[in-house]
Amino acid sequence: MSARTNLTSVVAHDHIAIPARLRSKHLLSIGDLSPEEIHLVLETAQAMKEIGRRPIKKVPTLRGKTVVNLFFEPSTRTRASFEIAEKRLSADTLNVAASTSSVVKGETLSDMARNIEAMAPDMIVVRHGASGACYLLAGIGGSRIINAGDGMHEHPTQALLDALTIREHKGSIDGCKVAIIGDLAHSRVLRSNILLLRALGAEVWVSGPATMMPAGIDRFGVTVSRSIDEAVADADVVMMLRIQLERMRGHFFPSFREYFRMFGMTRERFRLAKHDAIIMHPGPLNRGVEIASDVADGPDSVILEQVSNGVAVRMAVLYLLAGTDEDRRP
Amino acid sequence: MSGSMLLKGGRVVDPLHCLDGAFDVLITDGRVSRVEKDLPVEEATVIEVPPDFVTCPGFVDMHVHLREPGQEHKETVETGTASAVAGGFTAVACMPNTDPVNDHAAVTELILKKAAETQLARVYPIGSVSIGSKGGQLSEIGELHAAGCVGISDDGHPVADALMMRRALEYASMFDIPVINHCEDPSLKGDGSAHEGYYASVLGLRGIPSVAESVMVQRDVSLSELTGGRVHIAHMSVRGSLRAVRSGKERGVKVTCEVTPHHFILTDEDLSYDTNTKMNPPLRSADDRDAMLSGLVDGSIDAIATDHAPHHADEKAVEFDQAPFGIIGLETAIPLVLDKLVHTGTVSLKRVVELLAVNPARILGIEAGGLTVGQPADITILAPDVATEIDASTFRSLARNTPFDGLTLTGSVVATMIGGRTVYVNGAVSGSDVFGRPE
Repeated sequence: MSARTNLTSVVAHDHIAIPARLRSKHLLSIGDLSPEEIHLVLETAQAMKEIGRRPIKKVPTLRGKTVVNLFFEPSTRTRASFEIAEKRLSADTLNVAASTSSVVKGETLSDMARNIEAMAPDMIVVRHGASGACYLLAGIGGSRIINAGDGMHEHPTQALLDALTIREHKGSIDGCKVAIIGDLAHSRVLRSNILLLRALGAEVWVSGPATMMPAGIDRFGVTVSRSIDEAVADADVVMMLRIQLERMRGHFFPSFREYFRMFGMTRERFRLAKHDAIIMHPGPLNRGVEIASDVADGPDSVILEQVSNGVAVRMAVLYLLAGTDEDRRP
Repeated sequence: MSGSMLLKGGRVVDPLHCLDGAFDVLITDGRVSRVEKDLPVEEATVIEVPPDFVTCPGFVDMHVHLREPGQEHKETVETGTASAVAGGFTAVACMPNTDPVNDHAAVTELILKKAAETQLARVYPIGSVSIGSKGGQLSEIGELHAAGCVGISDDGHPVADALMMRRALEYASMFDIPVINHCEDPSLKGDGSAHEGYYASVLGLRGIPSVAESVMVQRDVSLSELTGGRVHIAHMSVRGSLRAVRSGKERGVKVTCEVTPHHFILTDEDLSYDTNTKMNPPLRSADDRDAMLSGLVDGSIDAIATDHAPHHADEKAVEFDQAPFGIIGLETAIPLVLDKLVHTGTVSLKRVVELLAVNPARILGIEAGGLTVGQPADITILAPDVATEIDASTFRSLARNTPFDGLTLTGSVVATMIGGRTVYVNGAVSGSDVFGRPE
């Protein structure tokens, strides 16, 4: 890992040489990254955090690069996080919210992407409600694509920022028991996290209402428990998933009240985890539904650290993907 | 065609008449006049069929979408029937989900008129069960039948209402035509786009559970038992459906079923964001695929049908959950069947002819399925050992939506004859020139 040592020292000098690269042109799935590459992203993110603590939070790394944030779903946190990351790296950024764009005029995603590609951006950060939509963009060619969440498929930078947060608190992900609780079926955060946590050696437990279990979850390499308490017992990390009202169709549970009683994370339930366990949530919170406020705001909560780490992780991903742009320019 | 033509040599496989071996086929005035060993040449024009070619009764695809009227950018009667004959099919039954729906004799007549102009594969329209296939009011089934419809179906839309299905079965039984149902409980399907299981979950695609199909198959077997009407299960895809069909057949219920090549070859493991892996029913589990193979072997599955569903490339080049369901199948089915069923030793060539000619003709009640003396000489010639390279860009169909593009398969269609006329010759198979050039 000479590359990463090198990087850490270089970042401190404000001017980043190209220390290492990711094999994949795009980041569409955690599956695009080897365990070593995940470590590289996390190490790089660790170094990027330092920039955010400076009085002048800006480095010239991506000067002259154009990044388009193409968001087809409403997002506050992820979009702000990417935009701040891009600006801290001095990229020129453009936000396209698809609700105000030509999609409403009946243009297809492919045509819209081709038009954006014709303006030669370097990277496109895309969020879309359809699973796999980012693959459609990647297939068009041109820019590097970063998946900022595609339907119920994946949200790789969320898993990376979760991993960075766990690592900071637990030292290592290897051997940690991570319990992921809630709406498993509709969660792209779940899918990216399972891939990442298993790649780095965590023991992953999942639990949630039987109506919200993805088919075939037993083949994901996780321990599936019908009991939230069993999943949480002795966990190092408890990760609550948001009830995805916008993705739900039909009858999944009787009421929020019952959901909270049966599946919500309360202080009593959280006590089943290890004494130094942390509580995580990808946000936005449904307070009093999947998580009690006193847990979300309590001393073991790292929810806002996750958000802070999100900027650093996205800086790392942007930087590492942009690193080899010179290779492909005519 | 006037005069006589003698197909001399080659292997004839005609299970309807219990023939499998070296026979000659004499065609007179476009009709089969004799099928015997070592027929004398006399005045006939002789076609010396090479010994490794197989002469079969023309294949019948009982489930295609020709898209005309209304969706001619996807397919037309002309391109669809050209695709059929290039795939070795001499007859197709076309589903009524056109625009307008084939819920009225005028639409049936239009389709038949187009088919008569084209003079390629014979076209047997399927009328709709209900007006607009909306499930609200029965179509004028008697008039549809009189106009030429050989069955009724709301294909694409299941007949969800059990009473509507009961009445359709009772009513259609007066004409002895099958009710062909796309069995899928709409509430269980929801807005699913792929088989509910591990692979859809990995891709984050909403699932369509197997039972969405099998619960309605079970219902329809019971309704057929109640009414005595003939029910035909379209594109069956799951083990539970097969179980219901088998149990019905054991009790003597008039239930028949078909399976598509993609459902006995591919599984949900083949699923990807490539929208050519999106069809309805979806690609099912390996266990379901194995069940379909067992049904093909033991005879509980009656027919192979393609569910040829052409879509324009633009319509498929969208997000997976927005793309229309369906793939085309006419020009890939026979090489797939020969490669994946015959050469694997799964079924015999005789069984293939039963699945692709004898049984679909019987279910639809059409004049086809065998080399029957006095019937039109609709004939498919195969070269089971000659390789076919699937190249969608060369298809006669207007559409290209196939997941099989680029495959090399063992088994080719050599030529297709309708009423003794050669309508298709596969120039890529050496020896095919004996059949002349298609008119």
